[in-house]
Amino acid sequence: MLSAILAHAPALQTVVPLIAAPLCVLFGRRHLAWFITLAASLISAFFAAYLLAQTLDGSIISYELGGWAPPLGIEYRIDAVNAFVLFIVASVGALVAFYARESIEQEIDPALHVYFYTAFLLCLTGLLGVTITGDAFNVFVFLEISSLSTYTLVALGAGRDQRALTAAYNYLIMGTIGATFFVIGIGFLYMLTGTLNMADLAERIAALGDNRTLRIAFVFIFVGIGLKLAMFPLHLWLPNAYSYAPSVVSVFLAATATKVAVYVMLRFLFTVFGFDYGFQAATLQTIVVPLAVIAMFASSIVAIFQSDLKRMLAYSSVAQIGYILLGISLLNKPGLTAGIIHLFNHAVIKGALFMAVGAFVYRIGSSRIEDLRGIGKQMPWMAAAFVAAGLGLIGVPLTAGFISKWYLIQATLDEGAWWLALLIVGSSLLAVIYVWRVVEAMYLAAPVQEAPVKKAPWSMIVPTWIMVLASLYFGINTELTSKAASTAADLLIQATQIEKAPETVPGAPAAGE
Amino acid sequence: MHHHLILRVVSKMLIPPILLYALYVQFHGDFGPGGGFQAGVIFAVAFILYGIVFSLDHLRRAVPPHVVRRFVALGLLIYAGVGVANLLLGGNFLDYSTLAHDPKHGQHYGIILVELGVGITVAAVMISIFFAFASRPPTIKDTDW
Repeated sequence: MLSAILAHAPALQTVVPLIAAPLCVLFGRRHLAWFITLAASLISAFFAAYLLAQTLDGSIISYELGGWAPPLGIEYRIDAVNAFVLFIVASVGALVAFYARESIEQEIDPALHVYFYTAFLLCLTGLLGVTITGDAFNVFVFLEISSLSTYTLVALGAGRDQRALTAAYNYLIMGTIGATFFVIGIGFLYMLTGTLNMADLAERIAALGDNRTLRIAFVFIFVGIGLKLAMFPLHLWLPNAYSYAPSVVSVFLAATATKVAVYVMLRFLFTVFGFDYGFQAATLQTIVVPLAVIAMFASSIVAIFQSDLKRMLAYSSVAQIGYILLGISLLNKPGLTAGIIHLFNHAVIKGALFMAVGAFVYRIGSSRIEDLRGIGKQMPWMAAAFVAAGLGLIGVPLTAGFISKWYLIQATLDEGAWWLALLIVGSSLLAVIYVWRVVEAMYLAAPVQEAPVKKAPWSMIVPTWIMVLASLYFGINTELTSKAASTAADLLIQATQIEKAPETVPGAPAAGE
Repeated sequence: MHHHLILRVVSKMLIPPILLYALYVQFHGDFGPGGGFQAGVIFAVAFILYGIVFSLDHLRRAVPPHVVRRFVALGLLIYAGVGVANLLLGGNFLDYSTLAHDPKHGQHYGIILVELGVGITVAAVMISIFFAFASRPPTIKDTDW
């Protein structure tokens, strides 16, 4: 029986939250809705863990949706790359579902709780679907499911702060532009090759070789996904969306949404386009490397001057995405491994940080740093969680963040780019400054509250500490992360057929002219 | 709109054929142009017309907003439910061929059920959107025009 169910694990891990979402609306009871959400996200996490275990050795699972064989039918294709991302999204989803119950009690009108859970489940469905599917157009459909529900989730923050509405609106405009660019790119690819299946696309693109349509398709997809993953100059929607969304939504988005977008970028760059002719390689090396470095510094410096803790963490996220992109655009195996490891580690670390902030908001009703003075003595568990995860953000040894940076620095040294290694260390020092500002306020300043602040509820402390302990565990035992990441990097590089991109001349005339 | 006699009479005459036409588009979708999306919108148009011409309160009495929201969920549930039924019958998700002995008939039943789900959700979403916009308190009063 179980093996029969597990054979359908690829479909079920997306379908279970998809079915749970309308059930929440149909029953219309908020406690029941929470229970359904928790159950559905746990089941999804179970299937995702199973899929990861199946693909960790480098094997590939293909699932034909509706029994139609690819490339005509839609195929769910799972390898180590997306199984790893699926595992991140589904397990963070389960923890967030557990955490949400108390958190939204304070921040969202009880009449809207059912809709919160529905939107959350749809967002989870969308993110899992984007990750698992092997069909380029299906990626767009799921991307829109997750994005539309995310706009709703961000707007639900209006119960606490009306500015959530403008933040959600901005995000909607930017996100829609991104999705439009992405689908225009897909359109070009479809026009060029007549197929939408990613594996099939890759073969036909390789057969066609370099041409102008392909370059245009690449640029549209690159910019579209760049908007979704908040690549440096396209990140303007992110700080507002993260700071005005309900705390639990910030946790979920920071830990999953941008990570899934990074995965889509990886998938298209390596699997679909490949590096055979080097236009993408040139784009990455001449455009993305500088942008990633600017993101690391500019966003960290902006983060230092924020007075709101959530906003500070949001800018820090933009900087951390810079590290991930830097790893990817080094275009060698250690760099890719570092990027994928940091994708996981940053999800865990940022999730833990936002969870701690959510608990502060729950008790104090504010996330301004000046309101958090003296909170270290009043909410010892949460403050300690923040510090432990903050150390990970800086990259102190024995935390997950250290592992990411270690791999990243090794990758830059492999390329002989010692100056990049110095820049990584330098920007980490900026993280020390902004994390220290919060620690100073929490532990060294005199308490601002007259009345004693109660401890956070257990249902918030437990998931937060699971995340924190995970960030420490993956800093000490790197077997799972490094194995999954290096298998994934191997698969991606195999897909491009060549170990390293050839030397390229940017602006070389296209072959089709 | 109490004084718009012509509009009221014409609407009363038009609404039943609109609903009927929606059902035609819905269930003829597997032979001709049509299907759940188009049918859902046409079906909703009948309700929206009723709401505009008669009044929002009349429409609320005919289809209470909380019921409409349940129908949004119901449609999706029918769609996904068909997929799960396929799983239980031993096929892949949304493999309609499992629905009948003859795979061709199975495909036929499957697409009709799925499109029904789409139609219900689209119609309910359209009506919900109308409710959402029409129930907002007017920023400019009718007397200020």
